[in-house]
Amino acid sequence: MTITSPQAKGATEALPYVVVRFAGDSGDGMQVTGDRFTSVSASFGNDLSTFPDFPAEIRAPAGTVNGVSSFQIHISDHDITTPGDAPNVLIAMNSAALKADVHLLVPGGLVIVNSDNFEARDLEKAEYETNPLTDGSLRNYRVVEIPMTSLTQRVTEPLGVKARDAERSKNFFALGLISWLYTRPTEPTIKWIEKRFKDLVRDSNLAAFRAGYNFGETTELFDHPYEVRPAKLPAGEYTNVSGNTALAWGIVAAGQLSKLPVLLGSYPITPASDVLHELSKHKHFGVRTVQAEDEIAAAGMALGAAFAGHLAYTTTSGPGVALKSETMSLAVSLELPLVLVDIQRGGPSTGLPTKTEAADLNLAMYGRHSEAPLPIVAAYRPSHCFDAVIEASRIALKYRTPVILLSDGYLANGSEPWNLPDVATLPDISTAFATEPNHTAPDGTPEFWPYLRDPETLARPWAIPGTPLLMHRIGGIEKEDGTGNIDYTPANHEKMVRLRQAKIDGIARDIPLAEVVGDADAHVCVLGWGSTWGAISSAVELVRAGGKKVAWIHLTHLNPFPVNLGELLRGFSRVVVPELNGGQLCRIVRANYLIDARSVSKIQGRPFRSAELVNEIEKEFS
Amino acid sequence: MSETAVRVTMKKDWMSDQEVRWCPGCGDYGILQAVQQLMPELGVVPERTVFVSGIGCSSRFPYYMNTYGMHSIHGRAPAIATGVAVARPDLDVWVVTGDGDALSIGGNHLIHALRRNVNLKILLFNNRIYGLTKGQYSPTSEIGKVTKSTPFGSVDHPFNPLSLVIGSEATFVARTHDLDRKHMMGVLRAAYEHRGASFVEIFQNCNVFNDGAFEGIIGRQVREEMMIDLKHGEPIRFGTDGRKGVVMGGDGQLRIVEVADVSVDELLVHDAHRADPALAFALACITHDKHQATPFGVFRDVKRDDYGHLVAAQLVQASERKGPGDLAALLRSNGTWTIG
Repeated sequence: MTITSPQAKGATEALPYVVVRFAGDSGDGMQVTGDRFTSVSASFGNDLSTFPDFPAEIRAPAGTVNGVSSFQIHISDHDITTPGDAPNVLIAMNSAALKADVHLLVPGGLVIVNSDNFEARDLEKAEYETNPLTDGSLRNYRVVEIPMTSLTQRVTEPLGVKARDAERSKNFFALGLISWLYTRPTEPTIKWIEKRFKDLVRDSNLAAFRAGYNFGETTELFDHPYEVRPAKLPAGEYTNVSGNTALAWGIVAAGQLSKLPVLLGSYPITPASDVLHELSKHKHFGVRTVQAEDEIAAAGMALGAAFAGHLAYTTTSGPGVALKSETMSLAVSLELPLVLVDIQRGGPSTGLPTKTEAADLNLAMYGRHSEAPLPIVAAYRPSHCFDAVIEASRIALKYRTPVILLSDGYLANGSEPWNLPDVATLPDISTAFATEPNHTAPDGTPEFWPYLRDPETLARPWAIPGTPLLMHRIGGIEKEDGTGNIDYTPANHEKMVRLRQAKIDGIARDIPLAEVVGDADAHVCVLGWGSTWGAISSAVELVRAGGKKVAWIHLTHLNPFPVNLGELLRGFSRVVVPELNGGQLCRIVRANYLIDARSVSKIQGRPFRSAELVNEIEKEFS
Repeated sequence: MSETAVRVTMKKDWMSDQEVRWCPGCGDYGILQAVQQLMPELGVVPERTVFVSGIGCSSRFPYYMNTYGMHSIHGRAPAIATGVAVARPDLDVWVVTGDGDALSIGGNHLIHALRRNVNLKILLFNNRIYGLTKGQYSPTSEIGKVTKSTPFGSVDHPFNPLSLVIGSEATFVARTHDLDRKHMMGVLRAAYEHRGASFVEIFQNCNVFNDGAFEGIIGRQVREEMMIDLKHGEPIRFGTDGRKGVVMGGDGQLRIVEVADVSVDELLVHDAHRADPALAFALACITHDKHQATPFGVFRDVKRDDYGHLVAAQLVQASERKGPGDLAALLRSNGTWTIG
């Protein structure tokens, strides 16, 4: 796509897609601006995918590269799966934003800069030695300079807005301008501003938004506006949803589908806190949320609630998973249902808290003392977080086991249109509590054995307090199979370790087979999991469009694996495993299936670009 | 507190079939006896009763009670029990813990369960030593304590469990000891009858690793002179014929005096129901070492809504305001558009 193609002045030019990136200071409201542009594009009917990209600091020093907050959105008239490799347009609200993000643009891309923030002091803070607007360094881009701050000040001055306050409205000037440039409807944004803000702030934002829109229309800086027509998506009712919202709604749904009250124990941590925020709004669904005193307590409360008969969750990110590890081990030993949601972020330690990474697979798989296996489910796109948490809950309830659900910062904060499911078609995940004794003592007395297993699932009965005759004690000490009594004998311990493993392994019979997408007869197979789905999807299509055969398998169940995975993988001569970690899944499949899989690894706090993966897949053909 | 019809139970209904495995002579036996004897008197039933413990000698307690029970993780019992109590306000939830479990590894959970006023009956068996790990000093061991991990004596200043929990504004705080079942049952009954978090410190003798830790206070020969029995609404007096008492000095400091030296009006009148925790705190701090007169009984018993009911009330309010949850409507709550 060429954004500067010649065209009769004034006529609207249709584009199949565009990638827009808003970049500014952390306090410039770039996330709000991006959200508004997303919302309007969604209701306009485009397919879209978003990528909020912001620093860990709430307000890093103003004007510095470290303080730049960006929001990238890909809108299209067709089905898309990523927020776009490279923006076609960058809106840079200051020098630092330009410096941080201009290199991401496509060659020849459009750069709209707020020229008010290119004074000597601004350039110094952004560590520019010369002014990029005049030194020729932007010669490969089309640059449009607009003094957005002063224009906003001028238009809001008659309202009585002080110059300093007017600064806070300049993002709406930018939004107005981009709304004109891409022929977005203005009404929804105007209504939103009227609802969200009050008094002078509302008037100031409205004036700035309108001024930006009119500026595009009346100046001759742009030849003409562009249009990205609605996408021909499958019929249905759509909403725009982020991964964390879908996840919270999935938890509400799982409560309804299991007919159980829900309890979430959580402790604030980026990027998982939004799940706690969202879920806390929905108490009328019988959802209890507790902000615990720490990560350990959050998991402990969830485990206590599970013992008491609730569908229990704890949500966190990597550092929190580490703290909850001992509780998860107890949950493995107690064989109680519990779902731990790990919204992965860059690590180790505090790492890159606002940036994405998928490096907790090893932690989920092995991060408990002793032999403590548990099922792992991974979400692959924002809307899939809804289904993934229902599936994790189903497994937890049916097999009386803790389950780890992996999401990541990219899925959590990114959004996309979601073709809403008919709630009547969602799975029934209900389970039955034990209600009566399940064993008879030699003297004929009915007894309750808390570890008497279902022969098929190996799940133990779930008897909740309040049930007469089923009083029992469970704990972390090794138990005798069946009775659940403390038992330290060597043979029983080995039996219990192997039973717990067999129970988890057996879940493989109860999950879908792995499916090959693309060319089943290809020599090359891409194996993915989690949020790399979007970039792999687009890369596989591009390679196939180039005439090469490629197969693709994307896993949502990471423990146990689908039963046919080994056989499928052995059918390809080359297996490539792209991951946002050092090659964790790759090592597991190499070890499990003795295949010579190759890891493609990226650890930059950013998702893969499709082009990077195209390049890596192409290597397998050389 | 069970809302179901009362069924008469006997002590044996509360005893599990598991062999009790504490060391012979351990103070824990007396506490177990007292609890099993008390339960039928409270008119509660085993199936609506849950005992949650952490790790340590005391934490084996749930195995011996024929109720629902969980022997959990070192220090985490208050957090896990909070999950039980918040999920199910209809249950009676007891926490059994020790000085290492509650005050060292689990200190954070203890203070937060108390500030939230979760409906838990927390029994802290304080023996001032780590027993299960065979004799290291604990957070309540006195300075100078020689143990396996402190061969030259401990230099760690100990916690006073009661001043700690009163500092957390716990709504019910009491102390008893393992040599007087009647007193213990009285305190435990009051703890049970309090709605919200009840904290009871039980002086418990570890005859293997810290024998006689409280002998200077609760020993039969010294008891009368060393134990201060707190009774709500009564002047605080103790000793033979009540010859000693507690007064508050002009500087706010509590002092132990010979009653003969002051006028009876000057004696401090115990008020367990005072909202302000300062008096209870001062009483908790009156003892500085194991050879000083020590208050027993209920220090503090004030009303505050319990956490489980507050959380449940928000669910009811939300349902009244928004009606029952409608999943299809929730998925459409951020606006939708239709294609095709």
